Amino acid sequence: MNPAQFPNLIPLLPEFVLGIGAMALLLLGVYRPAPATCRFIDGAAIVLLALAGVILAMLPAGKLVTFGGSFIVDEFARFLKILALLGSAAAIAMSIDYANRESQERFEYSVLILLSTLGMLMLISAADLIALYLGLELMSLPLYVVAASHRNSLRATEAGLKYFVLGALSSGMLLYGASLIYGFTGTVSFVGIARAAAQGGIGLIFGIVFLFAGFCFKVSAVPFHMWTPDVYEGAPTPVTAFFAAAPKVAGIAMFVRAAVMAFPGITSQWQQIVVFVSIASMALGSFAAIGQRNFKRLMAYSSIGHMGFALVGLAAGTSEGVQGVLVYTAIYVTMTLGVFAVILSMRRETGMVENIDQLAGLARTHPTMAFFLAMLLFSMAGVPPLAGFFAKFFVFLAAIKAGLYLLAVLAVVTSVVGAYYYLAIVKLTYFDEPVGKFEQMPYELRVVLAICGLFNILFFLYPAPLVGIASAAAHSLF
Amino acid sequence: MTSWPILSVVTFLPLVGALFIALLPEDEAGIRNARWVALWTTLVTFLISLILIWRFDPASADFQFVEKRPWLGGTITYAMGVDGISLPFVILTAGLMPISILASWSVIQTRVRDYMIAFLVLETLMVGTFCALDLVLFYLFFEGGLIPMFLIIGVWGGPRRVYASFKFFLYTLLGSVLMLLAIMAMYWEAGTTDISALLHHSFPLSLQKWAWFAFLASFAVKLPMWPVHTWLPDAHVEAPTAGSVILAAILLKMGGYGFLRFSLPMFPEASAQLAPLIYALSVVAIVYTSLVALVQEDMKKLIAYSSVAHMGFVTMGIFAVTAQGVAGGIFQMVSHGLVSAALFLCVGIVYDRMHTREIAAYGGLVNRMPLYAFVFMVFTLANVGLPGTSGFVGEFLSLIGTFRVNNWVATLAALGTILSAAYALWLYRKIIFGTLDKPALLDIRDIGWREITIMTPLIVLTIILGVYPKPVLDISSASVSQLIDNYQHAVGAVHAAGLGAVTR
Repeated sequence: MNPAQFPNLIPLLPEFVLGIGAMALLLLGVYRPAPATCRFIDGAAIVLLALAGVILAMLPAGKLVTFGGSFIVDEFARFLKILALLGSAAAIAMSIDYANRESQERFEYSVLILLSTLGMLMLISAADLIALYLGLELMSLPLYVVAASHRNSLRATEAGLKYFVLGALSSGMLLYGASLIYGFTGTVSFVGIARAAAQGGIGLIFGIVFLFAGFCFKVSAVPFHMWTPDVYEGAPTPVTAFFAAAPKVAGIAMFVRAAVMAFPGITSQWQQIVVFVSIASMALGSFAAIGQRNFKRLMAYSSIGHMGFALVGLAAGTSEGVQGVLVYTAIYVTMTLGVFAVILSMRRETGMVENIDQLAGLARTHPTMAFFLAMLLFSMAGVPPLAGFFAKFFVFLAAIKAGLYLLAVLAVVTSVVGAYYYLAIVKLTYFDEPVGKFEQMPYELRVVLAICGLFNILFFLYPAPLVGIASAAAHSLF
Repeated sequence: MTSWPILSVVTFLPLVGALFIALLPEDEAGIRNARWVALWTTLVTFLISLILIWRFDPASADFQFVEKRPWLGGTITYAMGVDGISLPFVILTAGLMPISILASWSVIQTRVRDYMIAFLVLETLMVGTFCALDLVLFYLFFEGGLIPMFLIIGVWGGPRRVYASFKFFLYTLLGSVLMLLAIMAMYWEAGTTDISALLHHSFPLSLQKWAWFAFLASFAVKLPMWPVHTWLPDAHVEAPTAGSVILAAILLKMGGYGFLRFSLPMFPEASAQLAPLIYALSVVAIVYTSLVALVQEDMKKLIAYSSVAHMGFVTMGIFAVTAQGVAGGIFQMVSHGLVSAALFLCVGIVYDRMHTREIAAYGGLVNRMPLYAFVFMVFTLANVGLPGTSGFVGEFLSLIGTFRVNNWVATLAALGTILSAAYALWLYRKIIFGTLDKPALLDIRDIGWREITIMTPLIVLTIILGVYPKPVLDISSASVSQLIDNYQHAVGAVHAAGLGAVTR
């Protein structure tokens, strides 16, 4: 065999581990269908995710490229891959008790999440349009299935179907955009597109618009957010917790990498799209969440708003902006996972409850949970000294440097509007009279909540490492 | 100069106390211990803060006790330090905290641990605000104070506490986020957020103006200035007594401190151009809110409006940028910190007994509560600005400071002192004098030992500073004169350049 033609597989080692592991677990589950196997598979899946993370960290330093430049492992990819792996692992851990109680123990769940995570890793490293599409679909198809994993629940099947139909539509748009870009530049690789796109041109702009529409769907940015509230509300809660964290990381990664690597010379052309999407997302996320009583639906609007804030950094189109996006995404993941740990603990003898009114008086009945929830919500509102403040700080900092003053002003104003509904939940938990206790919080949810809560509270003590890594990751794209 | 980080200790010691209280069990003994731990923590913090006065060199205008550590990467550092402008506020904060804890001793019976934790965290954030020497760090402390105060008003407040706490939080947040954007713009312009470096950086005029307005948005809400003061009466009325004390005595001062620390020295040209706006708002605040105070039926609301009026003197004095005006502004803030805190405590004393703050529900208290009548009188007169009390010195200095610059403003503001006599004496007469004919008041107790302990230091300080204001003025004088020199220099340079352009 000619070694020159055989691609270097070292950069793909984490993906190999996940792929082979997922298939082995699938076989195991099929041949040994028993609840004990299911628990083993959950545990093994978390171990696999951790192993992939360790291997990723042990890869040779610097920028690794393989498959003719369509697969890149740089600092940017490493940062977001670790984040996606963490999000997936937490989502699996958070689902164990739920599946147990709701008699929904299916080994496929963990396997599907592993496969979806594999897709995310591919997507984060994708450096041409074909690889991007492959990763995207590998990530999305398992998501459609897990959304509908409660086969007997009307809401869950509706959520799964809705997600699939709209997801297919967005994939179509993305492909159409990709084909236009290919047609007008003659290449699918980001580097090649960047070289050819320097002249601009109306056809290319059309392609970018369609491509970005597909991206916006995946990160649930306005005006392609319609699926989010219904899917978040309808899907089983652990699945929602998963949707809110890891796939968003991958979506943001693909958005940033494609925008920055493929169209660096024509930033001013796509900047206005991102600015518009960002403003619309922040505004809708803030205003529409005010009226929500269902906590999961509220979190859907909250995540729309957060994606809007993250995109403020991308709109700047600079390395500071990308750094802001990365810091934002990392902190967003911890905030979201923490809040979902609370949502998953909202269980009374009669079953799960999802209405935020059920949180009334939580500070009396479950003081620790209420404290962490309040801190996470203040963090989401961007109040210092919590981590959420630093997330917003870095994206706004980039926007100011790029001269996007109007965007920055609108962003801070919507963040104040958004603070209102986070405060409304704090008000319920701290000011109101209790309406009864929840059942004992499962062990793994406590761990997730404590880690996420403490991270958000104590982040201000020593923020330099995360900020520094994000800065290095951002520089690797430029 | 210092071997140990004294400012960090003063700032974070309350946080340690809060952590300790969080570990206490939630039973009878735990609650008792929570009170004692909170009291001792604040007392020790206060004692350590007194070391600051002792080791502070009042002849130097530089920042002292400076600490600097890498923090957020790049040029954004953890920098602490005090000068003559911030030191009085640090001491004021540390000194009022034990008083607030004592004032809540038996009043707060629900969720005592949470209450004490909230107060200690608040102390850390307030002291940090005055000590921070980095803009981002300052913002962190400045905004962080919203969280504990939101909870204090919302959990232990009165019937309309939810409305008041939301209004307080959202108003202040909206003002502050605009300041945050200005801070970022300054960062990109100057390349640093270090306050001592920024004090020597001259910003272009266009940026100065925008940033000045953004800072105004934040500090005007915090101070509060007319017309964005409406959150204050609500917050005061609903907050528990100690919450009102902290709100009036310290949180409001952050606005004035912000003007002195940032707006004046960093944007001198914008300040010079826009000072008339501040004068106008100050005069409206002084006259209008005094008139509003005249018609209040709730004691706390009346004092809240009088706070807005007194803060009008502060802004007027500061933006006059004369030695007397600025010194008067600082002194007025310190004095108002003592007097308004004491007035809210006075209201709290009768509220604890009668559970109403309606002025009409009282009358003739002097017959049953002679000691209380005396205490209340001292602070009423200090609030009016009677010579011999600290209130007089602050108002007098800021008025003459302003008179040198603009005598119309000073004249109109002087009306406010007459009006303040009108509402304060009216309140005093309604509550203390007259016949004791309300049946509910017949067996009201006079103030006890705990309340006397709280009030004594405030009375002593109010009178001492009224007769001998030198200590406070001395501490700040070097920093104030440097501030004014730099300001005159920057504004003068512009004038000279303008004249040069004309003659050419």
